[in-house]
Amino acid sequence: MKHLSFGKFLAHFFLLIIVFIWVIPTFGLLISSLRDKDQVALTGWWTALKHNEFNEIVRTEKSTVQFEENGVFVITGNLLKNSSSKSVINFGITSKNPKAFKAPSKVTMKNGSTFYLQKDGSYRWTSDKAFKHKKGKRIFLTVNTPPSLTLENYKEVLVFRGLGQSFINSLTVAVPSTIIPLIIGAFAAYALSWMNFYGRDLIFATIVCLLVVPLQMSLIPILTVYNQIGSFFGVSAKSYVGIWLAHTGFGLPLKIFLLRNFIKSLPHEMFEAARVDGASHYQIFMKIILPLSIPAFASIGILQFLWVWNDLLVALVFLDKMPSEIVLTSRLREMLGEFSQNWEILTTSAFVSMIVPLFVFLSLQRYFIRGLVAGSVKG
Amino acid sequence: MTFFNFIVYVVIGVSAVLSYFVLANWAHDYLVGKFSKKNLQDSIFRPWIFMAPALIILLVYLIYPVSETIRLSFFDNYGREFTGVSNYVWALNDSDFRQSILNNFLWLIVVPTTCTFLGLTIATLADRVWWGVFAKTLIFMPMAISFVGASVIWKFVYEYRGAGNDQIGILNAIIVYFGGHPHAWIAIPFWNNFFLMVIMIWIQTGLAMVIFSAALRAIPEETLEAARIDGASEVRIFFYIIIPFLSETIVVIWTTITILVLKVFDIVLAMTNGQWGTEVLANLMFDWMFRGGGDSGRGSTIALFIMLGVIPIMIWNLRRFKMEQER
Repeated sequence: MKHLSFGKFLAHFFLLIIVFIWVIPTFGLLISSLRDKDQVALTGWWTALKHNEFNEIVRTEKSTVQFEENGVFVITGNLLKNSSSKSVINFGITSKNPKAFKAPSKVTMKNGSTFYLQKDGSYRWTSDKAFKHKKGKRIFLTVNTPPSLTLENYKEVLVFRGLGQSFINSLTVAVPSTIIPLIIGAFAAYALSWMNFYGRDLIFATIVCLLVVPLQMSLIPILTVYNQIGSFFGVSAKSYVGIWLAHTGFGLPLKIFLLRNFIKSLPHEMFEAARVDGASHYQIFMKIILPLSIPAFASIGILQFLWVWNDLLVALVFLDKMPSEIVLTSRLREMLGEFSQNWEILTTSAFVSMIVPLFVFLSLQRYFIRGLVAGSVKG
Repeated sequence: MTFFNFIVYVVIGVSAVLSYFVLANWAHDYLVGKFSKKNLQDSIFRPWIFMAPALIILLVYLIYPVSETIRLSFFDNYGREFTGVSNYVWALNDSDFRQSILNNFLWLIVVPTTCTFLGLTIATLADRVWWGVFAKTLIFMPMAISFVGASVIWKFVYEYRGAGNDQIGILNAIIVYFGGHPHAWIAIPFWNNFFLMVIMIWIQTGLAMVIFSAALRAIPEETLEAARIDGASEVRIFFYIIIPFLSETIVVIWTTITILVLKVFDIVLAMTNGQWGTEVLANLMFDWMFRGGGDSGRGSTIALFIMLGVIPIMIWNLRRFKMEQER
């Protein structure tokens, strides 16, 4: 008995470690997308909920803002720009010793003036003689920055980096590319399972072969055809209709295969009864098969939708890179080059591209898994 | 493209397809109905009305391109002049191509094995703890994410800052924390392949796990019970009952992931674009499709090598399909 409970403990322990490893990368992405961009560049995301110390170099006000008070010249201001959440830990007046003093404290400058800096960044600089400096004096600060989470990055990428547009483009590609193969596939699957016609088995065997044909085999010839059609009619070779049909073509064998398996598994008696009543195949399909197939459509549709939404290769080949056509995955890939060091932009963009799949996954997980399991059993 | 345009596009695209089926069947019923009611039920035309769009699309988008790609592989870069096997000779002597073949082999060995092993382990463990369903959901989640999105996630994990700086990539941060030296992981030749494979494994283990979970549930409880009463240990039960029972599932998972790995593209493009010795066939092919205006001969030749990899699976599928038909 003791042996068994130790095994149980090990199961908990190992699974916990695996889950932890699996979740950490995504979690880091999510946290980073919500952090201030300066902080993302300087510290690890796991410090997001800690207070961090940053070194900053700031300048005081120019001498033009000085005023006289009881015979003393005074400049006041705030080095932290009144950011209420930050506070000064140390400061210095030379680059040699940037952490010379602890805030708050009073420091005598070289020219005899007195500089008094408080923790909140406000300062009072007094002198017997009038200030003459043109540029503000440099002050070195060590600033304590509290954790702050913001949606600023999301606004940045959606509005200013064109991701909002790409989001709609992705939808425009994915929705028809999901529905069209389902409709075409359902009719074909019905014919292949319940109708008799010459060459049926050969066609189905061909579809079984096409299931595993890599889409790389299709890219060059279809691109050539598209270019020829484009130049013949004087239109762009890259269009939404073009990519819908391409996705339909690449997804169709699996859609037909899965739908046929499903339709064939429906009870034959029901079908016979409708025949005896004089219903044509078209009526049987529309009135009986279609309503019964809704769950299968859901599973297979989700599978296709996620595949199209997440696809990069087909979009790169058959769609333009201009703002009105570029899809999320394609834009994200561009950004990896463009903003290779701006992790706040990359993490946020990646998360934007994941929102729809994650939502679909979490809300329709059961259908998704059913489709995947059925889809892989094809071998 | 605005949201309004999106709606219009979708409605037009979908209704075009729907109206074909409605109109074609209506026209069929009208024309055939003129001659006899009996023919309406068993019309020899109806199957072809149902099949036509699918057949045309399969023909245009898969069957024609496959034969055309084979033809183009024997032609020059514009597909105009017959050049015999010169593209194949080029491929076998090209260092990038050789590198790709080697790397693809590496991927084919490591990724399906690791996914199958991890998937089975996790499915077995998750069956034994009360929070198993929750754990499985979290491990399965990467399946929903795009390869590019996953690449960004992992590029951030592997992010490198020079020694002495604060590391913002968690892998280097952990290594520095334990006193090690930070590395630019994806630029270390040979080993960087494994760092890219991790991404694929991270995504596909969920698939293996889910399929194994379903298969594990199908094992009859009485068999396991009987073994336990006979005093078999859990380890023995695992190796002598569960594994043999799962053999077909293992093959299915293996082939599914193998097909996927043969085509691996997005991860390599996004992470390294084939630099530092990480080139794979699919990325090399994409490169040649557009390099210098595009070389359809070389591109097609590379595609054919990917195809070569799936042919055994295709034959195996066909034989299984035949057996099913005869049953």
